[in-house]
Amino acid sequence: MENKKTLSRKAVIQYLVAFVLILFCMIWIYPFVWMLSASMKTSTELFQKGLNLIPDRFSIDSYISAWGKGGFSRYFLNSVITTAGAIALVLIRCATCGYVLSMFKFKLKAFYMTVLLATFFIPHGTTIIPVTQMSTKLGLMGTRVGVILALAGGGQVASIFLFKNFFDQVPRELYEASLIDGTSFVRTFFSIMLPMTGPIISTVTIITFMNAWNNLMIPLVFTLGNSKIKTLTVGMMAFSGAYATDWAGMAAAGTMTLLPIVVCFICLQKYFVSGIAGAVKG
Amino acid sequence: MTTLNNSYKKRNLVWIVIFLLPNTILYFMYTIYPAIQTAVSSFMDWNGFQRAGVFCGFDNYKELLHDDIFFKSLKATFTFMLIVVPLRFLISLGFGLLLNWKNCKGRSFFRTMLFLPVVTTGAIIGTVMKMIFDPKYGPVNIVMSALGLMERSKGLLASFDSALLTGGLIWVWKWMGMSLIYWIASLQSIPDELYEAAKIDGASSTQTFFRITAPLLKSFAGIILVLTIGDSLRVFDLMLTLTNGGPFYATETIELFIYHTAFTDKVPRLGYASAAATIFALFFVVVSILQSFVKRRNDR
Repeated sequence: MENKKTLSRKAVIQYLVAFVLILFCMIWIYPFVWMLSASMKTSTELFQKGLNLIPDRFSIDSYISAWGKGGFSRYFLNSVITTAGAIALVLIRCATCGYVLSMFKFKLKAFYMTVLLATFFIPHGTTIIPVTQMSTKLGLMGTRVGVILALAGGGQVASIFLFKNFFDQVPRELYEASLIDGTSFVRTFFSIMLPMTGPIISTVTIITFMNAWNNLMIPLVFTLGNSKIKTLTVGMMAFSGAYATDWAGMAAAGTMTLLPIVVCFICLQKYFVSGIAGAVKG
Repeated sequence: MTTLNNSYKKRNLVWIVIFLLPNTILYFMYTIYPAIQTAVSSFMDWNGFQRAGVFCGFDNYKELLHDDIFFKSLKATFTFMLIVVPLRFLISLGFGLLLNWKNCKGRSFFRTMLFLPVVTTGAIIGTVMKMIFDPKYGPVNIVMSALGLMERSKGLLASFDSALLTGGLIWVWKWMGMSLIYWIASLQSIPDELYEAAKIDGASSTQTFFRITAPLLKSFAGIILVLTIGDSLRVFDLMLTLTNGGPFYATETIELFIYHTAFTDKVPRLGYASAAATIFALFFVVVSILQSFVKRRNDR
């Protein structure tokens, strides 16, 4: 009897906590729901009935006009290209560097790693001016390649160490066996080592996707002189400057920008989480 | 490695260098060189239309010391930090403990919801929140005034006294999920055996928390705090799209100050902005020192 009573009290607390959390989460994600709802209303309806989340008539006009007239078809394509380029570059540089740092001893290795770690915190604000000057001199300003290089350049310390820490776990016997078989350095890396790093590749891809897709400062500064290669974030700034009263249009453009990253997050959550959790464990 | 003969080692060395090259080149071009060049440019009088600057000693720094706007941006940056760091730290700790509690149902669902804003685009959040906090048509003003908590037409992001706080709350909302993951990862690193042992010894849940969980979390707390401070100093895209530094520079944090001075002012001043960027970098030197201090204490 006693036992049953405490059990049911526990259940009540459980439901109460879950209920409060659900309410809280509804408020928490309200901005996204509002944005989605606003994108399907007309701006007039938005201004008249601010609180009602369900539109009188579901309309995709704002999506059509943002995609076409607002130029978001091009912004979207540019974002896809620069993000994909940045991911490819980050994977190559971090995997090769992490592999060598983990598997081999060489002079200045400790120094190399110390310098990398020391610049972990350097903000874009500090490096952006020389980066633009250098890019102008190299003819990279206002080009997609320039944006990609700037997005994939810099520290990427966390990703390098994700690879390094992974290779640290790989048994050395595996490497020595490939030596005895006479497998070349490059083949050992590409056909034995790299295929094992699936989870790390996923994590680094997703972290880079998030950083590149969401980045504002680099594409903003690089596209000041060439609006053809503007990405979604920069395009949104231009759009909200030009059509400040087109709330439905802005909401539609925002939904289009967030959709890929949110879908990716929901499908591949565990890699997002492990990438971020690495920061406290390392 | 003893099985290696010498020629193999030499060939390896060539490949080691080749494998290090992509990272080293990108790292040098986009971190090391720019960091040094920023410090060098900070001693130059250089507007954006000239090809190169003219050495001017400490003039930029002297001018910064008398620049009202720079001081406003320093004040905005640190006020922002003081508002958001404790909030993000404590709220995420609370949720972390709650979502690590075995009796809490639907933990992974709630974690997903709370983490969602982290992955979203800051520039979009800024633009959308500007509408949500709009004094005339935004839902926040409609609800708050209906509840009698606020004047109907008060622009939370447009008034000098509330803009930074409102921006800060939006920032905490956006980034809280990140710290939540830090906390959950930290909590999960505590071995279950410790809890079981405590249970066998008859410890109450309060005792377990204060004797086991809290002391073991302490080493993570330092790192989480330092990471949060670093994030808060770097705020840029959210503020740029939310307020663009206004009203009257109330939300002009240092990254915005650097961006405006170097890229959008009528006469861009690269040397002057570099001096501000150098001072900004010094804050991060302090943050790094804090971090290594925390690490060393944890290792002991």
